[in-house]
Amino acid sequence: MKYMLLINSSPEGPAAEADCASFDDWMAYDKMVRESGIHVSGHSLADLTTATTVRVAPDGQRTITTDGPFAETREVLGGYYVLDVPDLDAALDWAARCPGSRGGGSVVVRPVAEF
Amino acid sequence: MADGRAVTAVEAVFREERGRLLAALVRRFGDLDLAEEVTAEAIEAALVHWPVNGVPPNPGAWLATTARRKAVDRLRRDTAYAARLAILQVEAERAAPPAPETGDGDDLPDERLLLFFTCGHPALPAEDRVALSLRCLAGLTTPEVARAFLVPTATMAKRIVRAKKKIREARIPFRVPGPDERPERLAGVLQVVYSIFTEGYVASSGSDLQRPDLAEEAIRLARILRRLLPAEREVCGLLALMLLVHARRDARTAPGGGLVLLADQDRGRWDRTMIEEGLALVPVALTGGPVGPYGVQAAIAALHDEAADVTTTDWPQIVALYDVLFSLTPSPIVALNRAVAVAMRDGPQAGLALLEQLADEPQLRDHHPFHVACADLLSRLGRDAEAAAAYRRALDLAGTEPERAHLRRKLAPE
Repeated sequence: MKYMLLINSSPEGPAAEADCASFDDWMAYDKMVRESGIHVSGHSLADLTTATTVRVAPDGQRTITTDGPFAETREVLGGYYVLDVPDLDAALDWAARCPGSRGGGSVVVRPVAEF
Repeated sequence: MADGRAVTAVEAVFREERGRLLAALVRRFGDLDLAEEVTAEAIEAALVHWPVNGVPPNPGAWLATTARRKAVDRLRRDTAYAARLAILQVEAERAAPPAPETGDGDDLPDERLLLFFTCGHPALPAEDRVALSLRCLAGLTTPEVARAFLVPTATMAKRIVRAKKKIREARIPFRVPGPDERPERLAGVLQVVYSIFTEGYVASSGSDLQRPDLAEEAIRLARILRRLLPAEREVCGLLALMLLVHARRDARTAPGGGLVLLADQDRGRWDRTMIEEGLALVPVALTGGPVGPYGVQAAIAALHDEAADVTTTDWPQIVALYDVLFSLTPSPIVALNRAVAVAMRDGPQAGLALLEQLADEPQLRDHHPFHVACADLLSRLGRDAEAAAAYRRALDLAGTEPERAHLRRKLAPE
């Protein structure tokens, strides 16, 4: 079963420098995910300031907000993985191992809908 | 007559065997809805057959065999469903070894532990865990669970449907967690059992102070867990704690339904048999490794139960145990209980000084026992106006009618 791991980071950055996941941590995690044969897809997203939001009004008029999603949320989506694992416990285990779940960040685990 | 006897026998067997049967079917077929449906169908079949043919010598095995056949029939009829289930099972077996096969008529292996862990899974909202555990493990019907929590049956039914949907769609597994996850996940399961107990002990709202059926359900669940996990000392501690507290149930309510505080209770009305059972478990909970919070709370309850009255209670020992408890679970509620014990040991002034330090805790601001404790100590110190203000604050916050009546008496002594 496929689960998406939504990796959120706190926009203020980690509370303490020591909590911050290093580039090496991410590389090691990514390698582990790929070698376990559970990797479906995954990307990390560019900085939030590069985001652009599009909305189409009921009259068909397109509105482009050029400077970001103006997210009022405290956490910012920084990347995702889609993993194929047997059950939720396995997905939660991979989420707990993800460097993004530490240092004030969090990983939201959502099953991918099957039709 | 025969009908009546068979129906009673079915109900008694159902009550005892339902959780066990359900767990075995969940383990075998990997689907809670299917397991619940065929369990219910097997019960219906028993209601038809037993009055005619007599109650079988092993009613539990009869129900299990019938339910299993009905599940297989259903999977044969509904091939799409069976295919989906087969895929689920293949995937589940990647993670867990297959269920042991049992022949018809054999005693069912007890698979309730995995059902405990699924019903108490941290991915489910806390209220859903409680509802699901009462339904699947205690064998309560949805209307019974609804009555216990004073919510409409439709509300409870929705809650249970929502929980089962999440188990199915997010695929919360039916498995006992491995050693790494075990301590955290077991704490979650114990929390479910304890919250069923506390809801029964002090109902959070309503006209009755106690709903003893919920407290007894919690004790029953803890007994099952103790049989399944004999080496887990916190299971033993939780069972001991609940027995030692529940033993005081008759003395806790006055004839008119009013609240009687520990200090004023007729200790002759405490259930000695239950106390003895609880006391025997306390040493088991406290020895053989680091103590856990339930074991410590059981030890505190044991000191109360062993004392002849409040003045001869071993307060220094109780304060020391609260220190241990606070180091394990540093919460303002524990600090509040410790302060009350310090007041008993060192006098009201010492206790009040500790309570004043806690006044700004957000968790205690709207917690009526905090204001009752302040009021009692202020009253003992002769600060009547401040005591009255604290009693009034507590009265505004208290949830059940007996608690409110008790506070009104404090405010206007006859």
